[in-house]
This record gives sequence, C-alpha cells and structure tokens, in this order.
Amino acid sequence: MTEQNVVKEKDLKDSFLAKAIKTIGLPTLIIAAFFLLVILTAAFLKQSLPILFSDILRRFGMNGLLVLAMVPAIKSGTGPNFALPLGIICGLLAWTIGIEMGFIGLKLVLLVSLMAIVFAIILGYLYGKLLNAVKGAEMTIATYTGFSTVALMALVWLMAPFKSKQMGWMMGEGLRETIKLDGVEAAQIFNNFLSFKVFGINIPTGLLLVFFAFCFLVWLFFRTKIGIAITAGGSNPEFAAASGIDIDKNRIIANILSTILGALGIILYSQSYGFFQLYSGPLMMAFPAVAGVLIGGATASKANISHVIIGTFLFQGLLTASMPVANQLFEGTDLSEIMRVILQNGIILYALTQVKGGGKE
Amino acid sequence: MSDNLLSIKNVTKDFNGNRVLKDINLDIKKGEIHALIGENGAGKSTLMNILFGMPVILSTGGYQGSIEIEDEEVKFSTPHEAMDHGIGMVHQEFMLIPGFTITENIKINREITNPNVISRIFGKQYEWLNMKRMNNDARRALDIMGMGIEEYTEVAGLPVGHMQFIEIAREIDKTGIKLLVFDEPTAVLTESETQNLLAAIEKLASQGIAIIFISHRLEEVMQISHRFTILRDGEHVITKNTKESNVYEIAELMVGRKVSIERLDSGKREISDDIVLSIKNLEVKMPGEEVKGFNLEVKKGEIIGIGGLAGQGKLGIANGIMGVYPARGEVIFEGIPLKLNNPKESIRAGLGFLSEDRKGVGLLLDESIELNTVFTAMQTKNEFLHNFGFFSIMNSHSIRNHTLKMIKDLDIRCTSSLQHTGNLSGGNQQKVCMARALTQNPKLLLVSEPTRGIDVGAKKLILDLLKKLNEEQGMTIVMTSSELAELRSISDRIVIVCNGKVEGILSPDASSADFGLMMSGTRADSQLGGA
Repeated sequence: MTEQNVVKEKDLKDSFLAKAIKTIGLPTLIIAAFFLLVILTAAFLKQSLPILFSDILRRFGMNGLLVLAMVPAIKSGTGPNFALPLGIICGLLAWTIGIEMGFIGLKLVLLVSLMAIVFAIILGYLYGKLLNAVKGAEMTIATYTGFSTVALMALVWLMAPFKSKQMGWMMGEGLRETIKLDGVEAAQIFNNFLSFKVFGINIPTGLLLVFFAFCFLVWLFFRTKIGIAITAGGSNPEFAAASGIDIDKNRIIANILSTILGALGIILYSQSYGFFQLYSGPLMMAFPAVAGVLIGGATASKANISHVIIGTFLFQGLLTASMPVANQLFEGTDLSEIMRVILQNGIILYALTQVKGGGKE
Repeated sequence: MSDNLLSIKNVTKDFNGNRVLKDINLDIKKGEIHALIGENGAGKSTLMNILFGMPVILSTGGYQGSIEIEDEEVKFSTPHEAMDHGIGMVHQEFMLIPGFTITENIKINREITNPNVISRIFGKQYEWLNMKRMNNDARRALDIMGMGIEEYTEVAGLPVGHMQFIEIAREIDKTGIKLLVFDEPTAVLTESETQNLLAAIEKLASQGIAIIFISHRLEEVMQISHRFTILRDGEHVITKNTKESNVYEIAELMVGRKVSIERLDSGKREISDDIVLSIKNLEVKMPGEEVKGFNLEVKKGEIIGIGGLAGQGKLGIANGIMGVYPARGEVIFEGIPLKLNNPKESIRAGLGFLSEDRKGVGLLLDESIELNTVFTAMQTKNEFLHNFGFFSIMNSHSIRNHTLKMIKDLDIRCTSSLQHTGNLSGGNQQKVCMARALTQNPKLLLVSEPTRGIDVGAKKLILDLLKKLNEEQGMTIVMTSSELAELRSISDRIVIVCNGKVEGILSPDASSADFGLMMSGTRADSQLGGA
C-alpha cells in the first residue's frame, strides 16, 4: 500500500514538472535555476547582495525597452527584430543632434526622444517595406540590414559637420566613440527620478516607471483593433487575409513600432549608463535583446509582454550577478571576462537554436 | 496455372485502425485493359500504392492479403522492386526534365554507356553515353505509340499531350514491362490528344502488356477497357466485362450508397422566388480547383449543394466569391454587384464563409476561441470594440459574453472560452468556424466541405446545425461538398461541377446513376438516348 502511494506521488511530481516545463518553458526554467544558483553562490561568498540587486534592477530597467522592441516584430510574423541597430541608430542620431543644438537636461532628453521617434518612423517604414519584399528570409535579411546600416553610419559619425565640444575629438574631425552624458545633465536623469532605497537596494523608480509604462502601452496596443489584426496576421496570414486584413501594411506598422521602441530603448539605456557609444557600438546590440525575449518564453512567432519582463530580468540578472561571482571565485585571472562572454553568447546561442524556421511558411 | 498476369487476393489495409481497403480481389490478364473506377477516396490510390510497394504502406503497418505476379507471390517494399518485376506507372503529374531532350528523359538513370579510360579507373559512373543506341531505343518506344516527333527535341515547350506520351515511352522502354498503370491519364489532355492516347494504350495491350486504366471518364472506360472493377468506400463492388455493362450501370454502382439517404423535411421552410445571389461567368484561379465560367442563381432561403469530383473546380467557387483566390466575372448579391478579390467587401456585403481549409484559412490555432469567434466581425464591422476617437480597444466583456453564448448555442465542447482552437477536436473546430461566420451576421453562408476530417457523430451535428439555421433564421446556404450523401441529405438542389463549369443541376432525389454520370462528365443522353 505504501508502495502504491509512493508511485502515485512520483506520478504527481512528474506531471507537475511536465506541466511546469510546458507552461513556463524549459529554457526559462533552466536559466531561472541557474540565476538562483549564482545568487546563492554570491550570498555564500558574502558579497553585498544589496549592491548586486541594485545592479540587477538597473540593468533590467535599462535593457527592458530594447527587449520590448522584439514584441511587435514577432507578433506581426517577421520574427525577432534582428535589425534592432536600425532603431538604436535613430536614437543615437537624435542624441547627437540634440546635444549639437545645445540643449541640456530633461529638455534635451524629451527633444531627443521626439526626434528619435520621427527618424524611427521613416527608417522603420523603409525597413518594413524591405521585409515585405523578402518574405521567408526576414531574420537573415534583418541581421544584415542592421550590420550594414551600422557600417554606413560610421561614415556619418566621421563626416557629419558637428561642432559641439561635448562630442568631438580633442583634435581633428568627427565624433568621439564614447560620448558622456553628464556634461549635458542627462546622465541617470530617469534613474534618479523618485529613486529610493529599501534594505540598501537602490530602486531606480523613474527608469522602471518608463519601462513599465511602455510595456503597458504596447500591451494596450495589441488590444486595439489594429493590434489584434497584426497578431492574427502573424499567427496565420491566410486566416487574416480571408478576413480582409492588409498583412503587408500591418507588418510595416509593427516594424515601425519596433524601430521606435529600439530608438527610445537606446535613449533610456544610455542615460542610465551615463554615455552612449557611436561607430560599432550598436553592432551587436540586437542579440542580447533577442536572447532576452526568447529566454522569457517567446518563440520566433509568439511573444508577450510577460516574456519581455521575465526574460529581461532573468537574462540581465544572470549576466549582472555572474560577473562578481566569477571574479571572486577565479581571482587574479581573466576568467570572469571569459565566463561572461561564454555565458552571454551561450545563452544567445541556446535561444537562437530555439528559433524555428521563421515561424511561418 | 492461370493465365493471370497479376492477381490481387484478399488485400486489406488499415490506416490507424481506419479500414480503407476491405478484401479486394482483382486479377488482370495479359494484354487486358482493366479499368479501375471509383470516387475520390474509394481506395484506388491506396491499392496502387500497395501494388508499387510505396513506403507509405510499409510505414503504416503494411497490408494483409497477397499479390501474385505470374503465379508467384511478391511483396514489394520499394517501388524499385516493383519496377524490376515489370510494373510501370504513368504519373498524373509529369516527371520530366524540361531542359533535356526526349531521349535523355526516356533514358534517364538507365543510360546506355561505353567504357573509357577514366571509367576503368573510377567506375561505371564515368562512362561515355552511347547516344546512338539510346536514340534508337527512344525512337522505337515513340514509334510504338505512333509519335512522329524527333527524339532529340527538347522537352521544354512541347504540348502537354506530347509530355504524356514521353512519360509512357519511358515506361515501355523499360525492358520486360508487363503491367502499366495509367492514373487519370486523360485529365489534362485535349480531345484529339485523348484519342491518340487511347489508341496508343490499345496498341500496347495488343502487344501483350496488361493495362490498369484509372479514370473518371466513363466514356473512355467504355471505349477501351475489356473489363472494369469498381471500388466504393474501400470495398470491391463488382468486376464485369465492359461489353456486358453500360455507362448508366457503372455510374450507379460507383456512386450508389447502400444506406438510404434520410431527409428530414419539417415543411416549415420558405423559399421565395427572389434571386439573392447570382453568379455569372465566374472564373477563379485556385490551383487544382480552377473555375472556368460558372453560372448559378440562388434563391433566398434555399440550401444549394455544389458537388463534383476533386479537382473539377467546385471548391474554387466559394473561395473566388470570398476573395481568397483571384477571381473574375460577375457576382450579384441582393441586387448589388460584388467587388471581387476583396474579402472585406464580401464579408461586409453579408456573405459568411466556412473554408474547406479549416486549419489553414479557417482558424487561428494558437489563439483563443474568443478571438477566433469575434475576429472577423471586429475587423470588418467594428463590433466588440470600445471606441476612443482615433483608436479603439477590444471590449473583453462583450467578447466574453458573445463567445459564451456561441459556445452554448453551438454546443462547442471546450474547457473554457480561452482555450486555444488548436486543442479542439475537428468537429468543435468546425463549430468555432461556424461561430465566427455567424458572428458576422451573414445573410448567406458559403460552406465548403463542412464535415471533412470530422468523425461520424459530429458530422450529423454540423449538418443538423446548418439545417436549423436555414429553417429558423431563413439563412440561405451554399454548401460545397465531396460527399454526395451529405449534399443529398440537406440540399434543395444540387449543382454538379465538372471541368470548372456547371455540368447540371439535379434534385436530391435524382437517381445515383444520374449523379454518377454527371460527376464524371458523361452525357447520359448520348449514351442512353435521354436518361
């Protein structure tokens, strides 16, 4: 009789685990377990947990919008937006123009955001047109669109007639590689808004507010008539077409939205960092964002806001926490950096192997 | 010792417990042209797949019974083995390489070669081609069929009829060919090409090759076959000498169902004489189901059935009207010409559509029953939305209420209204499709293959539902189906489509023979003097 009970319990456990894997997803579970392990190790090594958690929250907030940019693209059926550098460049261009015009502080950030949105609408429109012309190969095309635009912009950074002392080299022409934002009173401008401490953990209230506000807006957007049409078109193009939906138009709208989120994302990101990077800076930035949303449980054809929040938190949290841990465990070596590269790219690689054939036939 | 070249004995085949062939017996003599007749799904293809040792048979558990060739039992596990035993097949779709000459196509993979220095070192793959002998062989094969065309002509650009002949030439060039299967060989040919082909087939038979001739065209069967076998629902109906039968009998045996057709007429229905939908010269480019000039007038409140064999275009009609596939022609709905190729217009005009491609066009499998139900109405009629000036957000409350009502009305079996439609059974998926169509408040419902892939019990429910809609709400219904019994059970009139056009309109009580003749495009009057 006892044996029977044991068997039953095991069945129950199995089905519970199977259920968890099915509803949460295996990658999410593994990364979450790994994240917990690293946190526990950090505690065991007597590292300062408040500082660690402050860092995690900050990185979570600053990366959130970039990951959120994946949602419209995935939902529309064009797959994760590997051309995120396109949006990022819109944000960077807006930064440089805003600084060149001599604005500072909140005025600067708002003006830059506005300009970034305008640039993103134009570029996103063209990019959407391009994607409609290459149906079936969106992800590859997107990756190289991002790469080549970054290369092209390197010329612009070098040759555009910017005069501002904040951004130029000490001598010669062109913009610096790294441009600091504290000189224009824009560094951590959102992070510091209403920020406070609990248990020694620094809560970047403004940063998180902005991120969650955009999450809410995107969530709301996908409950509108057009948003639902976009989702349906991505989920089953034939179905949508039979209901009279203009799928190509919707794909363009979704990718404009994604580009806008990328542009605003980099603005939020760089104000938190305190500087922004030109030239090859944006080159690889799509990959952590793609990995983030996939780790959160999204697939190449399905993504939700919850995937963004969970994925960003786990992925950025893991990256942030593993660094000091590795540093302490393998002191005096470069191992921490190697660990970081392996971890980050390993996660990306794993997430990318989960991308199955573009999500549509 | 019998004079049978091929004997199929008690062959039975299941696909996952679903019996598709029951105890089939068939024997074919040398030099005989044996016609194999049956509706789509009667089991002809499965039988041929068994004969050819197609992998699909083996991978689904093989078959019971035995096949003998010249009194020797054989069991093929690959098509190659079948070919080695002298069985050849002429495919419906041409398997030819356009850029190659006729000879090269005939001889492909069976080339005649001469050794050379390199081949002596590296093997047979590197030998020269002996074009002269190959050309001679090709010539001989073409001559058998009376084809005057030069063997060194490229295949690209040849008329369809010629391609068919090259296909046959390839088969007869194979040494030791004993049995040739023709699967609907005349489907794509013109009349004169057909006559040439039939003559060629007779010539082949006179040389001692046995022929299995699969065709829906009963006239051709009558013209060339010596005997025929009819399959229906996987069962062997009859084998008979063609001379002792007639088209009428064949047609009846092909279509006839033992089960009587129930018609539940409550007599409450009103069919007015108003024409609600008038279709004139409709052409639809739907691959495999092309419509080539279809005309029909539908009266308000009636149920019209559209039947016909697969590939004849019946499915293209509704798809064309709804703008799913490019269409041309004139469709007048309630007196107003419909803008074609625009799904939104068709839906707004009051047409509802249940697609035959339920999982492709009909449903969002990864979304909830709620979204599936209201999507089209929301997008085309702006229902179920909260309006905020320049944007509008879905009204979850009204969507939930409406869906729950639909679930109750249509008896959709689900765990909740949020369940994804991909997890529902076929019958319940069809009900969700119907819920979506009804949510649009259509005045006319186009229903395509409503019971395809649905189990027997659910089939009846769906048909009852359609009938109820028609009786209680006066909904006009145009139902397209491959299942004649289904059409006959609820339609008022049945239109039979053949070759993309209306072949004729029959009453549901017309005899099975009439349906069979019409579906196979055979003019009954020419054979029987006005049936």
